[in-house]
Amino acid sequence: MADKITIFINDKEYQVDAGQTIMQAADKLGFHIPRLCYHPKLSIEGSCRVCIVEVEGARNYVASCSFPVSDGMKIHTNSQGVRKARRDIIELILDNHPLDCHTCERDGNCELQRLAASVGIRARHFEGEKKCYDKDLSSDAVIRDPNKCILCGRCVRMCSEVQEVHNLTQAHRGFSTVVMPAYNMPMDNSVCTNCGQCINVCPTAAFLEKNYTQELFEKLNDPDIIKVAQFAPSVRAAIGEAFGLAPGRNMEGELVAALRKLGFDYVFDTQFAADLTIMEEGSEFLERVQNGGKLPMITSCSSAWMKCVEQFYPDLLDNISTCKSPMSMQSALTKSYFAQKLGVDPEKILSVAVMCCTAKKYEAARPELEVDGLRSTDIVITTREAAWMIKSAGIDLLNITPEEPDHPLGESSGAGAIFGTTGGVMEAAIRTAYELYTGETLVDIEVEAIRGLKGIKEGKIVMDGQEIRVAVAHGLGNTNQLMETIRKEPDKYHFVEIMGCPGGCVGGGGQPYAQANTIPLDEEALQQRAQALYDLDRGKTIRRSHDNPDVQKLYKEFLQSPLSPVSHKYLHTHYQAKTPKGIVPKETKTGV
Amino acid sequence: MTQIAQDKLQELYDFIEDVKQKDYTESYLIAVLHKVQELFGYLPQDVMDDVAERMGIPTAHIWGVATFYHYFNLKPVGKHMVSVCMGTACYVKGADKVLETLKKELGVAVGETTEDKLFTLQEARCLGACGLAPVIMIDDKMYGELDGKGTIDVINQYRKAAK
Repeated sequence: MADKITIFINDKEYQVDAGQTIMQAADKLGFHIPRLCYHPKLSIEGSCRVCIVEVEGARNYVASCSFPVSDGMKIHTNSQGVRKARRDIIELILDNHPLDCHTCERDGNCELQRLAASVGIRARHFEGEKKCYDKDLSSDAVIRDPNKCILCGRCVRMCSEVQEVHNLTQAHRGFSTVVMPAYNMPMDNSVCTNCGQCINVCPTAAFLEKNYTQELFEKLNDPDIIKVAQFAPSVRAAIGEAFGLAPGRNMEGELVAALRKLGFDYVFDTQFAADLTIMEEGSEFLERVQNGGKLPMITSCSSAWMKCVEQFYPDLLDNISTCKSPMSMQSALTKSYFAQKLGVDPEKILSVAVMCCTAKKYEAARPELEVDGLRSTDIVITTREAAWMIKSAGIDLLNITPEEPDHPLGESSGAGAIFGTTGGVMEAAIRTAYELYTGETLVDIEVEAIRGLKGIKEGKIVMDGQEIRVAVAHGLGNTNQLMETIRKEPDKYHFVEIMGCPGGCVGGGGQPYAQANTIPLDEEALQQRAQALYDLDRGKTIRRSHDNPDVQKLYKEFLQSPLSPVSHKYLHTHYQAKTPKGIVPKETKTGV
Repeated sequence: MTQIAQDKLQELYDFIEDVKQKDYTESYLIAVLHKVQELFGYLPQDVMDDVAERMGIPTAHIWGVATFYHYFNLKPVGKHMVSVCMGTACYVKGADKVLETLKKELGVAVGETTEDKLFTLQEARCLGACGLAPVIMIDDKMYGELDGKGTIDVINQYRKAAK
């Protein structure tokens, strides 16, 4: 128990724990001090000065995010002086910010805009020089617009402290400061993994996903192509937030209906391919265990993780499962199995993926994922882009009548649903691998040890007397730690699940922006999104991937068996070491 | 790679090995970058990559430091560094005219290097020789009380010496 001390906020007396900052104490007491560069998951930067408060006896206003409380402290969060100073600070930030809110992609979702409104800025008093830089549009996934940047540094800290990719830095100084990769390299040439977490934490539009909505609207209006959509598990768990719902509402049926209304001829569910991934990955794992293959086997569903491992862990490439991600499996089958069923030329099919992820845009463009020279996934849009398209087309998502996904690539088990959250792929794999290995059905299928938001989780399961040790990491920073362990102790685990984003796909870089008065990547919101998927799993009769009747049918009609040559052609891939020089993501101490 | 370049790299590597023996190795980054500039005249990207790997500091972080300090040159520089003092005393005595003369004579803007790689032109804050204003410094030699012709004469001395 921390010692209690007495402080006064706005002349009222409170007992609070010692050893915390003014902002932390104020938050708990219900005083929300405006803030910008602060994020609870990141180190304290104290650069924006928006969170200043008046402390009696202090020479200047102090930044409440970094100033500790002390006994007898008299704090004023809302005095006239502090209100005016805070407003001036925000006006000065706005001074070097484009005046183009109404044409900005973050219009209505911008923290800076909300902040300006909340302190009552109704006129621009400072008009000075404005920075002018080119946008970096080089990446298929993440674009960078320094003109929108207000140098809060949240992206830099997210990239280095949480993801430990260390792609971004604040280069140059003073008025010329710009957030950029080393050597001002274009994003597509940098070590950016395309995870999109910079977008999630950016208060403005300095980082955005590359937007494909106009291109997609154009294609949806083309009567000569067959438009096929798929959507990831965690999209349904989060898209409601973009329509004002609280996190954790499953919008699966509504989303299917909305996608049909948007003009898709068929709406499939990526959860189907998640089940299929389990069949392939589970079989691959057993094959490795039984035939002395490379262990631990590490999952390959997360596109950001794939780029990360190719860059930073080329020595572990043989440990990576050769399975494509569910998205790429689903797309490959859409243009083969499904095209054959329809009796159409696969070139006539437009395969669109609605993903919680920005890195999937990068993945879709990877040349080795082409099948017979044809790109499998034509367009990837994020949850955010999908939400915008639905709104833009005048579709009332909240009141729409829910519909079911199409067959034969839309049926899924509960195991497919939990793919969207950290630990879910492992849990789904255990359910199936156990049965494939022992021939018995696993009774207790909910694996609590690998659920939840702990950075690295471990579990074990005994199959036919053999102990299988598993580990799960989410976020590339936690992943770095786990990979270091595996380098040092290669025999410690048999099977490892990695998801590149905090919380897994539910915290993906393409998920809806934080609503007003919430913070990006709020743990509670992530848990609620995950819960929606766990509830979806519980509500299903079929909860094991190998029991999915459409998956069984697919093997009978097309793929033959897991790991068959046909499966290999459509569902498996390979990786290539990328060795960027000099970029060291590990064991480094940056920030505070 | 030439022998000279290899020797320079070796000297740098030894320097880095030295600082790695000390506490808070990371805090020696600026010292290491100074060493790079001393050896190569500027901070070549592949050498910064080397520094990143050998010191275990991400390249982006090194880039942040390298761009923060004006002292570090990010592009190759000429054989001679021409610094024009723009301090108050020099300025009132016509430093701007000296600078204009140099720009015209050398055919470069501030921060650029002449085509023959002989001179790099840069501005400096007070060089501490206000009594001689306006002054320029070439490498570590000071030239004072300059006018247009005097400036060109100084430049020509170096050109002659280079031939």
